[in-house]
Amino acid sequence: MSRKSYTIDRRQFVAGAAGTAVIASGLGGFPHIAKAAAPIKIGVISPVTGFLGFSGSQCRFGAVTAIEEINAGGGIKSLGGAKLEALLADAQSKAEIGAAEVEKLNEAGVAAIAGSYSSGISLATTQAAAKYGIPHCVDVGVNDKIVGRGLDNTFRFGPGFGVITKLGVERLIDINNAAGKPTKSVVIVHENTTPFGSYMAGLMRKGLEPAGFEVMEVLPHPTPNKDFKNIALKIKELNPDLVIPSHYYNEGVLFLRTLQRQRVAPKAIYSVLGGASSQYRFLSEFPEAAQYVMDSNHWYNPKNPKALALRKRTEAAGKHYSYEVFLAYTAVRFIADGIERAGSADRGKIIQALASSTWDGHFMPYGPTKIVNGQNMAAQSLNMQIQGKEIEVVAPAEYMTKKAVFPRPA
Amino acid sequence: MDGAAATAVPSAGLLPFGDKMEFLGIDLPSYSWATVFGSAISGVFLGAVYALVALGLTLIYGVLHIINFAHGSLLMLAMFAVYFLWKLLGIDPYVAMLIVVPGGFLFGYGLQRLIIGQSSHGRDEIILLVTLGIAIVIENAALFAFSADERLVQVPYDMDGIDLGVTYAVYPELAALGGSLLITLLLWLFMTRTDTGKAIRAVAKERRGARLVGINVDHIFAISFGIGTACVAAAASLLAATYPVHPQFGYLFVLIAFTIVVLGGMGSFVGALVGGFIIGITEQLGRLYLGESLGLITISAIFILILLFRPTGLFGQRVR
Repeated sequence: MSRKSYTIDRRQFVAGAAGTAVIASGLGGFPHIAKAAAPIKIGVISPVTGFLGFSGSQCRFGAVTAIEEINAGGGIKSLGGAKLEALLADAQSKAEIGAAEVEKLNEAGVAAIAGSYSSGISLATTQAAAKYGIPHCVDVGVNDKIVGRGLDNTFRFGPGFGVITKLGVERLIDINNAAGKPTKSVVIVHENTTPFGSYMAGLMRKGLEPAGFEVMEVLPHPTPNKDFKNIALKIKELNPDLVIPSHYYNEGVLFLRTLQRQRVAPKAIYSVLGGASSQYRFLSEFPEAAQYVMDSNHWYNPKNPKALALRKRTEAAGKHYSYEVFLAYTAVRFIADGIERAGSADRGKIIQALASSTWDGHFMPYGPTKIVNGQNMAAQSLNMQIQGKEIEVVAPAEYMTKKAVFPRPA
Repeated sequence: MDGAAATAVPSAGLLPFGDKMEFLGIDLPSYSWATVFGSAISGVFLGAVYALVALGLTLIYGVLHIINFAHGSLLMLAMFAVYFLWKLLGIDPYVAMLIVVPGGFLFGYGLQRLIIGQSSHGRDEIILLVTLGIAIVIENAALFAFSADERLVQVPYDMDGIDLGVTYAVYPELAALGGSLLITLLLWLFMTRTDTGKAIRAVAKERRGARLVGINVDHIFAISFGIGTACVAAAASLLAATYPVHPQFGYLFVLIAFTIVVLGGMGSFVGALVGGFIIGITEQLGRLYLGESLGLITISAIFILILLFRPTGLFGQRVR
């Protein structure tokens, strides 16, 4: 009787292993489970230090909260409940640092990026991400050039300033007409360090002058800016009916407080992307300076319970519920929906899924998503006014919580 | 100017707002006198703030002959101290001066005695790097501990003040102006009327000679650094109700403070005060006529002109 050998030679082992792999993949079991166990890395770029530090920190909070909620809700279901892992990057309020962070995130193997707050930084990070085909959803940056450069990887769920300014001008005209045209002369004050402020001021001027408003002066200032006295004195001398400011949070607060200190009281302050004008932090810290300031800006649907739940969670964490929070939150949710529908963490497949998104499970006043060249065409801004202890939506009527007080009481 | 244009401006302006006037071939906008005076007065208040920061810097330079890169970081640290004394204990920022000024002195004394003096081995270039290192450590520690958020002390009287006609001067601004004048006077009296002040001047003038006559030079160095830091702490109390603090707050003022020290003359308190006012007024008028961004070049222009034509500064003495 010959003795049977039970040893396995190299050829038998390779054939057996390959067969097992084929059978396992055919059953759709083993490799899929292994994939689900691996978290999907999402890069979150925010300027948490430097002159944009406050806004960047708010963005980071919103993005991280979204990731925590997605994971708590079972992760990405089409990938067997794969969890999202946030890789946090600080752009330090500088575009070149933001771009450098993209390189690191690419090395770390992120599936997608959400960020990078300002237009200047977002222009740099989306371009850097495009080199590696990383899908990048801009959370806040409103410059229309961000999505107008033919970069397939770049998306923006919120509105750009072309839309925001157009709506801001139209609604201002409506509000002014409804009140019997109490305002005519205008001074525009805007920041000019980043692409956002100067471009916005130009669009406002173009929109207002044909409507019969007289733009008396356009006053630019740098960011950061530690003193607004000269601008306040110029406004005092010009004595316009309406002041339209546009800048980031810190300058927004300083500007409005300087107007108050210098007893400059135009009939209305109507900001477009005002930085501080529709911020609960500004309202809580400087309620007098904030009263009746109007703002055309990003806002949530005030009638959506999901938006109110996030507000509750944000305030419970000791944070103010600012537009940075809910825009970064929805940017991550938008990416997660894309990954869910792609059923893959592959960058190219996520880009395809995002480009064809019709996501409507959000709480923004946009309706179903419609992406054209990376931009969500359904996105819009709302008009808010600080009244008492609350930021009320005063236009459009569909989302209105209070009627506008215009002009403001003397 | 025609009469019709003059009647169009109710605020006693020479030219209507927005009209151009020519200066050195450059078209500049024209404003009413009320706006120009208002801007100049706000420059005085801004200059007082600059002078407050520059006073400590000039003392440290005048005696130690080193450029203290940590000056801005120490200002920021003192601002946070004032903020938290107000936030946690409800102490008014001006009352907080009673705590932060002695605290600043002790901190500065310790910093010089235990870190800068020990690590520099008397070499100026090492001192420079040590202060730079201290600045980086303080700033990043603040960023870690307090985050990048801006925080402002809110006093109930921060919108109250005096109507000067052309501008409104609020009490925090008046306090900063009064504070800078008072601190300059006190420093001058201290340096000229006290034995310690005379010892500081002796060390500043002739270090070896001072040691030979029995002056403890290391102690005087530390006292000088302590007083410089105490000045910064006083400045922090006077600025807290006007400027929000954040970890990079020091940069807003310290570079300009260096310019003021050069303009006024290194080591001169009166020079720091006068230099502060000159820079403040020039900056404000520059921003008025050249715009908020371009107007800032007036500071650099003054700096270059001073270095070219009077390198010792307005009140500085030539070193022989």
